[in-house]
Amino acid sequence: MQHESEIREPLILGNKTYHQITEDIVRPIEGKASKYWYMLLTVSIICFLWGIGCLSYTIGTGIGVWGNNNGVDWTWDITNFVWWIGIGHAGTLISAVLLLFRQKWRLAVNRSAEAMTIFAVMCAAIFVLLHTGRPWLDYWLFPLPNQFGSLWVNFNSPLVWDVFAVSTYFSVSLVFWYTGLVPDFAMVRDRAVKPFQKKMYSLLSMGWGGGARHWSRFEELSLVLAGLATPLVFSVHSIVSMDFATAALPGWHTTIFPPYFVSGAVFSGFAMVQTLLLIMRKVYRLENYITKKHVEYMNIVIIITGSIVGVAYLTELFISWYSGAQYEQYAFLNRATGPYWWAYAAMMTCNVISPQLFWFKKLRTSLTFTFIMSIIVNIGMWFERFVIIVPTLCRTYLPSTWNMYHPTFVDIGIFTGTIGMFFTFFLLFTRYFPVIAQAELKTILKSSSEGYKHKAAEAAHH
Amino acid sequence: MSKVVIHAIFDDEDLLMGTARKLRSQGIRIKEVFSPFPVHGMDDAIGLPRTRIAICAFIYGITGTCLATLMMWYMMVHDWPTDIGGKPSFAYYMNVPAFIPVTFESTVLCAAHGMVITFYLRCWLVPGAKAKNPDPRTTDDKFMMVVETNEDKKNNIESVLTSGGASEVHYK
Repeated sequence: MQHESEIREPLILGNKTYHQITEDIVRPIEGKASKYWYMLLTVSIICFLWGIGCLSYTIGTGIGVWGNNNGVDWTWDITNFVWWIGIGHAGTLISAVLLLFRQKWRLAVNRSAEAMTIFAVMCAAIFVLLHTGRPWLDYWLFPLPNQFGSLWVNFNSPLVWDVFAVSTYFSVSLVFWYTGLVPDFAMVRDRAVKPFQKKMYSLLSMGWGGGARHWSRFEELSLVLAGLATPLVFSVHSIVSMDFATAALPGWHTTIFPPYFVSGAVFSGFAMVQTLLLIMRKVYRLENYITKKHVEYMNIVIIITGSIVGVAYLTELFISWYSGAQYEQYAFLNRATGPYWWAYAAMMTCNVISPQLFWFKKLRTSLTFTFIMSIIVNIGMWFERFVIIVPTLCRTYLPSTWNMYHPTFVDIGIFTGTIGMFFTFFLLFTRYFPVIAQAELKTILKSSSEGYKHKAAEAAHH
Repeated sequence: MSKVVIHAIFDDEDLLMGTARKLRSQGIRIKEVFSPFPVHGMDDAIGLPRTRIAICAFIYGITGTCLATLMMWYMMVHDWPTDIGGKPSFAYYMNVPAFIPVTFESTVLCAAHGMVITFYLRCWLVPGAKAKNPDPRTTDDKFMMVVETNEDKKNNIESVLTSGGASEVHYK
């Protein structure tokens, strides 16, 4: 067993045993749902249904019901797509990258973070599939043999790379998440007494027994999937950034986009994880597992990635001036002082200034401050994508093509709908699925829990 | 000589591993160990060979690379090469930088899904499969060692198990 220092803060608080871990994590599933859960679910479902209504209206009537126009043809649709995909990246980073870095603290948060990824990518997919204009022809995005002489897709285009990247990312994240859930479903199955519960969890756990050979394959699988998912995360958001970077527009055509987008994605993703987890740990009484230390670690990731994003902003500004390229210079002047200056100000405040506050230990260990900050960061990152897209498109090379953009109720409705969809799925997840990877968490009980550290410290003194 | 199957329940994984090593040193084969979580060192303790699932993943990944390369060569160079913004399309090597993202994604897709399907089939984890652990407590906090042996050795094994820390010993 790997020895861990007694003075390191424990990752599991209290004097927990394996059985208590099981009990704590299965309690929300076996118990009755609280009225808050029902209230939140109702609000989420209402937003979701409103979104479905706006979506159907769009498909039935056409993209004209959106605010998109001739000059500004990418607006809230692509902003929201990139926002949701960015949020999804944190889950994969927590499960995959932190596994490769052997960070044991990931075990309390990886399950819910991955669930967040799956649901976020589903929300992102809605925008991509809808913004094509003729969504019933979306199968044209794939290289399928056809009757047009077999007209193939253009593999030189990042839009096609996106198809492969996002599909791969979604399906690989889904199997990684689900495979990790199998042993935990088996735990619920073995405890279930009600026949319907037993049947459902037996189906979900697919006969898992926890034999040594199977665990050995499971661990190897997790390691290899983590090794595959890590470059996948970096590639997916780099490819998304190429949607902009390969265009010949000032403010878009810049090589800084791939690293800038990837760190921005991790930044906003971790903020969303904080928002979700701070509420979830309180409601389901998981404070002993998702501790202040976990929140602090995630805030440290937020400072790092937020600082990278801030440096990227400053680099862009500097290079646009230093390059002497007049269109590039105007693009940034427009962002800061043009008709959307307020969006730029929001972006700069929320993304550059606010995460720097986490340098103060008092603030990064304060749960209230973290929660408020996580909302601010999410809003700031939405504005970042908006500022990249709309101000650039509304002031391109030729002044006679300049156009303003205003979202319609349908744009706002579909976005609200995806937020509703996300929370609906997440609430259902917390109700019926084990939210913490309890089987894997048990592996660190002896090395990293408070109870065992006390025992080890006492034994060392004798 | 009839075969007898022994199920031993342990409360602690370190005790189980110690007992497993003792039994193996006496030449007794351990059929299976059920635990609620993966225990480090268990594979060595019970003499499990290393899993080859990562090698499978590698092979599936190479398949994915070849599949994507062949697909894009066929579609963009052989079947219908087009003049897209003047980009060259006469030979595959001319477009390799642009084709890398799709090649990479296809590699990861095939490697990941191939490996996961292999995992489920090798462990026979399919919807509707019966639970493989004989005792439901082994997904909570108990560990079970399964030893298959002849009638004559069973008393010796039982004493090793109980002295090693087994809390229960059953015969099936």
